[in-house]
Amino acid sequence: MYDAMLAETVTITGYNGDEIEAYSARTLRDGPVGGVVVIHHLPGYDRQTKEFTRRFAAGGLNAVMPNLYHREAPGADPDDAMAAARAGGSIPVPDERIVGDVAGAAAYLRGLSNSNGKVGVIGHCSGGRQSFLAAVSLPLDAAVDCYGGFVVGPPPEGHPLHGSPPLVERAGDLSCPLLGLFGAEDQHPSPEHVAELEAALKAHGKTYEFHSYEAASHAFLQVDRPSYRPEAAVDAWQHIWAWFGRYLLSSFDRRGVVSCALT
Amino acid sequence: MCTYLTEKVSISGSAKGPAGWIRVTDASGYFDHPVHAQAEHTLNIDFLDPSAGPSARVAVELTAESARALAKAIQSTLDSAPPGLIT
Repeated sequence: MYDAMLAETVTITGYNGDEIEAYSARTLRDGPVGGVVVIHHLPGYDRQTKEFTRRFAAGGLNAVMPNLYHREAPGADPDDAMAAARAGGSIPVPDERIVGDVAGAAAYLRGLSNSNGKVGVIGHCSGGRQSFLAAVSLPLDAAVDCYGGFVVGPPPEGHPLHGSPPLVERAGDLSCPLLGLFGAEDQHPSPEHVAELEAALKAHGKTYEFHSYEAASHAFLQVDRPSYRPEAAVDAWQHIWAWFGRYLLSSFDRRGVVSCALT
Repeated sequence: MCTYLTEKVSISGSAKGPAGWIRVTDASGYFDHPVHAQAEHTLNIDFLDPSAGPSARVAVELTAESARALAKAIQSTLDSAPPGLIT
């Protein structure tokens, strides 16, 4: 099992040509391997999502997480950056800016010397929504939505996203296979939201696979939160690896990488 | 879920953090995922001095029940202040 990696803060070119901070974790395998853009949740570019990012590199993929609040607070602690973004009215981050930052992160991954050119995207919580947003906006090879809210259904009156058309209306633009991981006890997205998203994907003939876990609610993958559900999380990670293995790696590379990630 | 909702208010006062006392001019209140508190959602308050940068912040994350109790206590304290002290 070869699990060497290099994890570090890098600078990538995001939306509007802006240089932004990103956390890169790259396998030291010669490759060629695929890459994953990791989208952090609303609390920010935090330690927990950096651990997500390193997990992909330890398993044999390249990964990078753009700091979506870098512009508001360059160099600040992640929670201070989130607070500054809130105070400055930058939350929610505009969709076009997120798409631009994910595009920059994908370009960074494709430019790595061991890249096979394939890039997937994954996000949790609000990042789950942004993962779907990226997958309907950019040419990608695989996407994973971990319990992203507000993909389906209009946000309520007074909500910052109120008035924007639900993302589900863009299901026909999905550029890649989508894996959805949800908690059956979650209300955002609720089981009804998940069913509506599935119906839209089916209607457009898209490739998708959904798993909803009983006795799990929102954020069941967060290991240091009360919402953590180990049984659901372990199964979900197996699906994540199988998904990225299938769509980001050749069949030869898949055997080595996925078996490494799960052992 | 991430609620995204944030209430902002201009304030006047001071707050103490690890670096000592700071002047605070702004506060944000939001019910969303906490960074540290062991609850799925908390009522979070940031006391801020934006002119001194993002780290000029004193933050609290309270369960909804605690936040309501605190709000009631603050209101009660202000209501019971001797006449003439609050201008």
